[in-house]
Amino acid sequence: MFSTLWYSARLRGWITQIALLGGLATFLLWVGSNTVQNLAQRGIRTGLDFLSRPARFPISESIITYDPSNSFLWAYVVGVANTLWLSFVTILLATLLGLAVGLARRSLHPLLSKQAMIFVTIMRNIPLIVQLLFWYGVCTSLFPAPRDALNPLPGVFLSLRGVYAPSFLAGPNALPFMLVVVAALLIVLWQVTRLLRRGSQKRIIIPTGFLMWVGISAGLYKLFQAPVSLEFPELTGLNFRGGSYLSPEFVAIVFGLTLYTSAFIGEIIRGGIEAVSKGQWEGARALGLSERHIMFRIILPQALRVIIPPMTSQYLSTVKNTTLAVAVGYPELGLVVNTVINQTGQALESIMIMLGVYLSISLSVSLFMNWYNAHVALVER
Amino acid sequence: MAIGETNVPLTALPLKPKQPWMKLFFGDVFSSFLTILSILIVISLLPGLNWALFNATWPGGTPEACRDGGACWAFVGAKSRLILFGLYPPEHQWRATLVIVLIIAMVLASLSPRMWGNKLIMLWGAGIALMLILMGGGLLGLDTVPTSKWGGLPVVLMLAVLSLGMGFPIAVLLALGRRGSLPVARAVCTFIIELVRGLPLVGLLFVAAILLPLFLPPDWTIDKLGRTLAALTIFSSAYLAEVVRGGLQGLDKGQGEAAQALGIPYWKVIWHIILPQAIQNVIPPLTNTAIVMVKNTSLVLIVGIFDMLSAARSAATDPTWPAPSTEGYLFVALIYFAICVSISIYARHLENGVRARSHS
Repeated sequence: MFSTLWYSARLRGWITQIALLGGLATFLLWVGSNTVQNLAQRGIRTGLDFLSRPARFPISESIITYDPSNSFLWAYVVGVANTLWLSFVTILLATLLGLAVGLARRSLHPLLSKQAMIFVTIMRNIPLIVQLLFWYGVCTSLFPAPRDALNPLPGVFLSLRGVYAPSFLAGPNALPFMLVVVAALLIVLWQVTRLLRRGSQKRIIIPTGFLMWVGISAGLYKLFQAPVSLEFPELTGLNFRGGSYLSPEFVAIVFGLTLYTSAFIGEIIRGGIEAVSKGQWEGARALGLSERHIMFRIILPQALRVIIPPMTSQYLSTVKNTTLAVAVGYPELGLVVNTVINQTGQALESIMIMLGVYLSISLSVSLFMNWYNAHVALVER
Repeated sequence: MAIGETNVPLTALPLKPKQPWMKLFFGDVFSSFLTILSILIVISLLPGLNWALFNATWPGGTPEACRDGGACWAFVGAKSRLILFGLYPPEHQWRATLVIVLIIAMVLASLSPRMWGNKLIMLWGAGIALMLILMGGGLLGLDTVPTSKWGGLPVVLMLAVLSLGMGFPIAVLLALGRRGSLPVARAVCTFIIELVRGLPLVGLLFVAAILLPLFLPPDWTIDKLGRTLAALTIFSSAYLAEVVRGGLQGLDKGQGEAAQALGIPYWKVIWHIILPQAIQNVIPPLTNTAIVMVKNTSLVLIVGIFDMLSAARSAATDPTWPAPSTEGYLFVALIYFAICVSISIYARHLENGVRARSHS
């Protein structure tokens, strides 16, 4: 009787699982009691009440307003906002550049495909943090002083102090002007689609509509007495005034992260294109479509299905990679958490908040991408 | 012309038609545009080349020679020992060099499928012990060097190799648990893998550096290097587990079932039948993970390990040299590049070998 019990797979499974759970519970209890003991021994305060106290440390730049008199909680929010802003800008730029890299690698043009290959090999085989520190070094030591700033485009200045670019100045009439321009665009679009549906010539109607919209907007611009203007940065004394400003930290990390990520995205896109069966190319060629039409109308839409899952993980790792901004000194969440730990000593809570934020970002991005994936997935009939 | 008679050749057009180069580069508007674009890209890189080669001060130069604007390779020459070995005592640096050679030899030996098995585990045990003795000393008449003095390339290689080596058995257990039939084990393994993969490595390194001492009994002390290694090991095991799971998924179910029907015990089935086949199928993603882990060792700078990158960063603050902050990083980048590219070249060679054997 015992031998049947001994050889029963179900019983063995149960015993293994109970042992596993028991071991896990014991381990967690052990860690918990150690932590309580250590915290008491070292006199570390616990609890989340520090969050409402004023932070009293500066954050060098943020996209939402911050002041050292704000609470620690607000400092965390600023850190999260900076992380999200950095991720957003990087993902946007890297996707565009990555598409270019992926297409360039597939290109029949020998110079372009070789260049893309060299770019991808270099980017993928050097750690991101080395690249970021390098670009930061370039931004802070090889760029000229503001007086001899590089001026690659009119109104754009690169110098040791960061990048200055023209910014939009909104006058008092800016908001109504924008609303009227958008309304004009909607009306023109509506008319164009109506005419197209009636069978008018595409290549006449679309440019005409566009020109009409531009003309109306220009007239409105006069009518509203120049509601929006460009402000150019100007050199006054030792630094620039006016315009919009990007710090060297932000420039270095966006530039480095974009280049690095675009190499990976380029490879993902190339893989997706190569996964589309050869018959699709041949069929499209047999129909007499041009190469560019085949790529953008036949191949890329199908490649998208292959591309989305790896692209999701690439976007997620880009968000996680923004933590490397710590090394450069851009105040994203990691750096804020580090500062808070130094200020309050409440490491346990701070790190748990940081991990919680990253887990929620990861989870929501993958949920969104799963939804999108289901949306574009092949419907099998 | 009769119906159906066209001037299209009967053979299919090749995907990459051979064209004369003039037509290839300037055949139509688009390809001329691409040609001009790629030439412009090359031209835009010329100032960088000028900086790196023609205006540069080569090793042996003085700090004064570096002030005229070019790259200062003399600085890299002067600091190369610091970057490569960190604060390791100069008179013992031959030991650190031996560790580097040992690690490279061990990696080369274990990448060949012929070595896989018990032999390899023994080799690694012996190799790691030898490595620690060489680095730390205290035995065989070698002077003791505390881990706070370890640094540079040997530490980077040790962290990469140890985190992968120790992470792999954990990864296999996690993958088997996630693929297995026990619901509790599956839940626990899935939770661990997804948790670690959802976190940035910097977060894990913070946990290891700051929180791990709180989690352990007060009288246990693990030094900073050990804690960092723990974080890297957990990180690599979660990523390796997903790779191994891919290999297990790709394996024909009949393999395990047939072995079970023959009455072979579970662990022997796993060790002799499942794993060798599953791993051979996932060599490319495995080497990818290895490259990722080599690159990830550079992050230990954030928790204050004196690796190559921190050495390059601290060398840049030396006031005798005029602001050479990029050259040191380029040197470090070159070392990482050489390591990662050689891993991928060797892996491609290995993959071709496996493919050739499986088709014969």
